[in-house]
Amino acid sequence: MLTLQVQKPKLILEDGRRTDGRRPDEMRPIKMEVGILKNANGSAIVEMGKTKVLTAVYGPREMHPRHLALPDRAVMRVRYHMTPFSTDDRKNPSLSRREIEISKVIREALEAAVLAETFPRTTIDVFSEVLQADAGTRLVALMSASLAVADAGIPMRDLIAGVAVGKADGTLVLDLNEEEDMWGEADMPIAMMPSLSQVTLLQLNGNFTPEEFRAAIQLASKGIEELYKLQKETLTSKYSAYKEVN
Amino acid sequence: MSLTPSNYNIVPLIKREGILSVLEKGSRIDGRKFTDFRSLSITQGYAKKAEGSAMVRLGDTAVLAGVKMKEDVPFPDTPDQGNFIVNVELLPLAYETFEPGPPDENAVELSRVVDRGLRDSKAIDLKRLCLVPGKKVWTIWIDIDVLDYGGNVLDASMLAAVAALYDAFLPKVEINGEEVKIIKEEKGERVPMNYPVVSVTVAKLDKFFLVDPELEEETIADTRLSISYLEDGRIVGIQKFGSGTLTTQELDAVESIARASTSRLFEELKKVITRPEGGVTQ
Repeated sequence: MLTLQVQKPKLILEDGRRTDGRRPDEMRPIKMEVGILKNANGSAIVEMGKTKVLTAVYGPREMHPRHLALPDRAVMRVRYHMTPFSTDDRKNPSLSRREIEISKVIREALEAAVLAETFPRTTIDVFSEVLQADAGTRLVALMSASLAVADAGIPMRDLIAGVAVGKADGTLVLDLNEEEDMWGEADMPIAMMPSLSQVTLLQLNGNFTPEEFRAAIQLASKGIEELYKLQKETLTSKYSAYKEVN
Repeated sequence: MSLTPSNYNIVPLIKREGILSVLEKGSRIDGRKFTDFRSLSITQGYAKKAEGSAMVRLGDTAVLAGVKMKEDVPFPDTPDQGNFIVNVELLPLAYETFEPGPPDENAVELSRVVDRGLRDSKAIDLKRLCLVPGKKVWTIWIDIDVLDYGGNVLDASMLAAVAALYDAFLPKVEINGEEVKIIKEEKGERVPMNYPVVSVTVAKLDKFFLVDPELEEETIADTRLSISYLEDGRIVGIQKFGSGTLTTQELDAVESIARASTSRLFEELKKVITRPEGGVTQ
């Protein structure tokens, strides 16, 4: 039989650091790149620690079947999907209930940012593929999706940056790792359009006191600023190169 | 794949303006205050074949929850705990655009939000659902049927789930070592509940925050925030619905409004779940 760790490990060590050596308000190392796929109109890959998500955007393009098109705006179609080899145990490739829910919350978050009314009767298709899952996949997917939409040249109100805040052994921690996700007391993914100070995605799994909830939002905002800066650098570094050619 | 809904019900602009103009005067189209819930009735034991059930009517919304259970093997990582599974069905009889078929993304999302509220609050004592550690446990199925879709189905579903769980009895069991005999015809213990949990939904509509939105308010709302609470004010779940946005200051305000509205729900729940013969933990 499979040996399973049923005992909760210590999440905050004596020196106040986390199991992976980070401070409570420290995020994992982040890598972002846009325009990495040839066929898609826009694409991006984002890595946060061992979590890695690739997103491709097709569109705006003609909607099939046509009766699903909307007369005043583009329809957004979003699929969040995990590859079978993205997890420790093989994940069944068919869409799980979790993936259905996450696809929906990502779509709703993106719709807040994308100027869909610019392209009536069309569809904008966003496909996110989780290549490595190690906590925080929905936010990494959402960030890569917002970069890919921008890379496709689709007008947006702002980029979307997001990070999870949780509680591990009673301490608020930024950007949960897998152990904290599994054994911690709370996991609150939150995503924002930072320039507009608007929250586009918010969920909470676990428990918070009202005071902890407010502190968690403050902690997340700091992380989001950092991620947002990196997203902008990623885009400008790609597109400023084109400028020099002209 | 999740796509922008195209068959959602439409509220004419003139109606929207009507709703907003009433809000400007400090009231709502049905005469409620911004922080009021609609009329609420909770009836336990509505479906007699279920081990526990509850019908909840919240304004025009009607939701029926039924609890069934079956013996099962525990998950390897929780050998001494029972399980529960929540499933919400948006039945075709509940609304004109609903169609038969497997649960769509809205039904899946509702199921998962109710599930998380119950799970993260530890409202159900899963350890007491264990019959033989590592071998046999109870799995509790909480099926929630939406019968009339009149807005704020989530809060009604959470109330129905909790009331049905408090209504439910496990079948009688006789345990002899590892030998488990289940006598289906006889009632055993109540489903072990620790405490009730409620969900409060607040809709953001223009600059207004409306507790328990009815269908038209919900349809034209920018976004909705649903927060699950325990009676001591502890937050045990949050979900933002819809593609609108909120500032962090607005999150603050919404949380305070939602928390203040929980007392009415706990009061109504206690009227039905506190019974002298019942195993209610207070």
